[in-house]
Amino acid sequence: MERAIEAEGLEKTYPKGVKALDGLSFSVAPGSVFALLGPNGAGKSTAVKILTTLTTPDAGRASVAGLDVTGQPDEVRRTIGVVAQGSGVDIQATGRENLRLQGQIHGIRGRAVEQRADELLDRFGLSEAADRIARGYSGGMQRRLDIAMALVHDPAVLFLDEPTTGLDPEVRADMWTEIAGLAGGRGKTVLLTTHYLEEADQLADRVAIVDRGTVVAEGTPEALKRELRGDAILVDLDGDYNGAVSGALAGLGAVREVKVEGRVLRARADDGGRAVPIVLQALETHGVAVASVRVARPSLDDVYLKYTGRTFDAAEAEAEVTR
Amino acid sequence: MTLIRHTLYMTLRHLRELWRQPWFVAVTLIQPVIWLLLFGALFKRVIEIPGFPAHSYIAFLAPGVVVMTAMFNSAWSGMALIEDLNRGVTARFLVSPVRREALIAGRILKEAVVVVLQSVIIVLLALVVGASFPGGAAGVAALFAVSALLGATFGALSNGFALIMRQEEALIGAVQFIVLPLTFLSSTFLALNLVPRWIAHVADFNPVNWAVVAGRSATSANPDWGVVAARAGFLAALLVVCLAFATNAFRSYQRSV
Repeated sequence: MERAIEAEGLEKTYPKGVKALDGLSFSVAPGSVFALLGPNGAGKSTAVKILTTLTTPDAGRASVAGLDVTGQPDEVRRTIGVVAQGSGVDIQATGRENLRLQGQIHGIRGRAVEQRADELLDRFGLSEAADRIARGYSGGMQRRLDIAMALVHDPAVLFLDEPTTGLDPEVRADMWTEIAGLAGGRGKTVLLTTHYLEEADQLADRVAIVDRGTVVAEGTPEALKRELRGDAILVDLDGDYNGAVSGALAGLGAVREVKVEGRVLRARADDGGRAVPIVLQALETHGVAVASVRVARPSLDDVYLKYTGRTFDAAEAEAEVTR
Repeated sequence: MTLIRHTLYMTLRHLRELWRQPWFVAVTLIQPVIWLLLFGALFKRVIEIPGFPAHSYIAFLAPGVVVMTAMFNSAWSGMALIEDLNRGVTARFLVSPVRREALIAGRILKEAVVVVLQSVIIVLLALVVGASFPGGAAGVAALFAVSALLGATFGALSNGFALIMRQEEALIGAVQFIVLPLTFLSSTFLALNLVPRWIAHVADFNPVNWAVVAGRSATSANPDWGVVAARAGFLAALLVVCLAFATNAFRSYQRSV
C-alpha cells in the first residue's frame, strides 16, 4: 500500500547556519497517527514546514499522498490540512469568517461553504462564539478553531505541529480526544509533532524520536519502550544484606543488571510482572527480608535517554541555550 | 478566474478588517484634510512669486495632496502584512491553494479603495475652500486613477519590503526614508520652474511627480492628455514591476521559515 507521507534524507540549513534537518527520514501509513517526538529545536517543525510546502529542503525528497512536495506543491496543498505551531487564526475576524475564507480558498462556495462552517463550528463547540471576533477567544477555543479551519476541505492528510503546546492540562486532554477521533473514526492520516512524551504515547500509532535533525528511533510506543532492556524492578530490603542478595539472584534468568545500593535492590527484567514472584521467592529462600517491591514500566523518556544519551529535560534546556 | 476570486476574498477580508477599526478609518480620512488646510495656509503666498503658474494655491495644491495622501496611506500597507506574518496567518495561506498574487493584490485593492475615498474628500473640501477643477469630472476621475495607481505601486513595494524585512521597525524606517524625500522632490508643493534645477531633473524620474503632473494636467483648464497618458503608463509599468517584486518576495519569506 502506498505511504501517506514519505520523507527521505531531508536536509535543511537556515541562512544563519543553523542545521535544522540532517538526513531526516520516515514514512507514515495511511489512516494512522504518526508522532515526531523531540525537544524544541530538534527539527520537527522544519520537517512539517517542508512536508506542507511552506519551505523547501536543501536536499532529500518528500511526498504526501503520493505527491512530491517540491514538484507538485499546489496539488499537495489541496490535499493537506495544517495546524501550525502557534496559530493561524485571523484574530480580527470571527470564527465563522475564518472558516468561510478557508473554505472559499479551497473552492467551496455559496451555501456549501456556509453549511460546512456551521458543521465544523458545531463539532468543535464554537457555535455560540461563531460570530464573535476571534481575538476574544480563549486559547483552547482558538486552537479548536485552528483545527476546524484545517479540516474545512476534508483533507486526507492532517499536520498538527505541537497542537497542545501552551494549553491548560484540561484543554489538552479534550484536544487529545479530538485528535484521536480524527484518525480513528474518520480515516485521516495525522502527522503530529510534540515534545510531550505522554502525548506521543497516548495518541500515536507510531513514534519517531527526532534528535538534532534526524530520526534516532522509530516504532510503536510499546515497541520502543520494550526495546529498552525491560522493566525496572525496585526492591526495598528490610535490613542490610549486601553480598547475600547478589548471590541470591545470580543464577536467575528472569532478571539482569542486579545492583544493590544500601537497602535498595535494582534489577531489569523483560517482563516485570512475571519476574517479581521469582525474585521474591529467591530472596526468601536466601533469607532476605523484603519491605516493599515496585515495578516501573519504561517511559518514552527512558527511550529518549537510550538513543540520545541525554534526558529529555536536558535536551530542552540545551535547545533554550542555543536559541 | 481563480486569481480574481481569490483576490476578491482577500480584498473583502482587508476591507472588513478596516471597517472594524472606525477610529483608524476616521483618522485616515481626516488626515488629508489637515494636509490640505495646513499646507494651503502655510504656502498661501507662494503664488505671489513671479512665474508661479497658478492663481490659487489651494487649486494648485489639491491634486498634489491627493497624490501625496495616496502614497502616505499605501506605503504603510506592509505593516499589516508583518502582523499577519507574526500571527501565522500568512503561513496558513501559503500552505493552502490560495494564489500568491491574490495575497498581495487583495491588500493593494483595499488601499486603492481607501485612496479613492480620501481623494473624494480632498477634492470636495478643496471645492469648499475655493479651489476649482476646470478639467471637470473626467479630469478628477483621471486624478483619482493616477493616485490609485501610485497608491497601488507603493502598496506593492511596501508589502514586498515587509516580506523581506519581516520586522516592523525596519519597515517603518524604510518607508520614512523613501516617502518624505519623494514628496519634496516633486511639484507637490511648489512648481518645478521655481526649484533648483537638479530637483527638477530628479522629479522627472520620481513616480510621485508623474502622478502629480498627470493629475494636475487632467484637472486643469487645458488638459494635455498625452502627458496624462504617458505618466499613467509609467505608473502602470512600475506597478507591474512592484507587483512582481512583492509576489516573489514570498520566496524570501519562505526561505526564512
